[in-house]
Amino acid sequence: MAVEIVQLEHVPSSYRIHLALFRNVKNAGFLHQQLLARNADFEYAFIDASTIVSRVHLLSAVFKAVNSSVNGTLRTPNVHSEIVVSLSSSSNIADAYRRFGVSPSTSDLFVVKVTFPSSATPEPPSADSISQHLTDNVEGDAVPATDETIRTITDVRTVRKSYKLNGLAWLDAIKDELLKRQEIERLILGGMALRGV
Amino acid sequence: MTATAAEAAAPHDFPLPKILTNPASTPPTLITQGAEGRLYKTTYLLPDIPCALKYRPPKPWRHPVLDQRLTKHRILSEARILSKCRRDGLRVPDVYALDEAAGWLMLEWVQGTPVRVNINQRLGSRTEGIEDDEELKDLMRRIGAAVGKMHSIGVIHGDLTTSNMMLKPPAQQQQTTDGATGLEGEIVIIDLGLASGGVHDEDRAVDLYVLERAFGSTHPRAECIFGEVLDAYRQSYKQAGVTLKKLEDVRMRGRKRSMLG
Repeated sequence: MAVEIVQLEHVPSSYRIHLALFRNVKNAGFLHQQLLARNADFEYAFIDASTIVSRVHLLSAVFKAVNSSVNGTLRTPNVHSEIVVSLSSSSNIADAYRRFGVSPSTSDLFVVKVTFPSSATPEPPSADSISQHLTDNVEGDAVPATDETIRTITDVRTVRKSYKLNGLAWLDAIKDELLKRQEIERLILGGMALRGV
Repeated sequence: MTATAAEAAAPHDFPLPKILTNPASTPPTLITQGAEGRLYKTTYLLPDIPCALKYRPPKPWRHPVLDQRLTKHRILSEARILSKCRRDGLRVPDVYALDEAAGWLMLEWVQGTPVRVNINQRLGSRTEGIEDDEELKDLMRRIGAAVGKMHSIGVIHGDLTTSNMMLKPPAQQQQTTDGATGLEGEIVIIDLGLASGGVHDEDRAVDLYVLERAFGSTHPRAECIFGEVLDAYRQSYKQAGVTLKKLEDVRMRGRKRSMLG
């Protein structure tokens, strides 16, 4: 199965979070187009995986978006677009889509699908049907979303630019790459938490 | 909120903030209750990431609009200062998440104990030889360096005490390794709820004065080595000397500049 179900702390039990990672994606342009066309069958958060440094990084954005959804304080049309925007440390929505969302040149893709019962869909789609739909529509290799894999995908230079983490002498001075990445993750979480406030 | 309140809190009767009523792997525990809010230990995202949740409940005695504004302002101001400190390389808790409208702030759970505890354990019932305790003096110097770093990036803590600093033990250290003094580790400054940006020597000097007085009353027997804190502070940034000069003035007249308030 392509998707993994993720259980997050302090998320209402009616919410289900599905996560998938695809590598060597061939049809990112098509997926991008479905979002622009607001195709209701493609209600996913499609994230360019090169912008992600770790699972915790991505899951933080999911947690924020779900929390906004629960509180009814979404800033964007739905919880999926909200996940993409939650990744950003700025409050510019278009900029967030451009930086973190899928683009025609994306080759490694994170897909997040959040389901919960609503008046329109009292019975949300099952993990199997989500998995099937993704397998049918994403041309790429589904791989487990481990931190080890994510590390090989991250474009650290772009990430540091997106989160304005350049010019921090103490950060550059860290020799241990793993430790440095951990510090970058920590700074990103702070930036995301304070986005637009 | 000050961490000096009873650390072992009684079973809580307070209603939990809404976010903590959602399912989690372990139930949240109330760590301390301050005048403004409550501190819970809980988890962030995954069962193996402990976090601290600072919750400022609505104050029924305030006008609701004012209450909301004050709460938002205080949560955001603390989060912004923590984030700034972290970016500038000062070790403070990481900001994980916040909801200023709901009144909570989720922070990294810092392992270890407040420096106050480490100092008191080290002192035990000793009354002699404290001024020659090199390990303890080294801890004092690390405190001075941390405070100096904080001041050098333009942050005033507002409530510096040995309870508002954690000593985070080195990651690999076992509990009972030979030669461990219980004083190793990194100083992490916590509870910046009263912190502000400030670049005046006056503000920095008052910050040091508050620490000096708090130290004297919390650890009267170790007062003789407090000078180590100030010595390390002096080395930690360029303007430190001016601040220390100002500290002498503040000592003469006390914390308040004017006679009012």
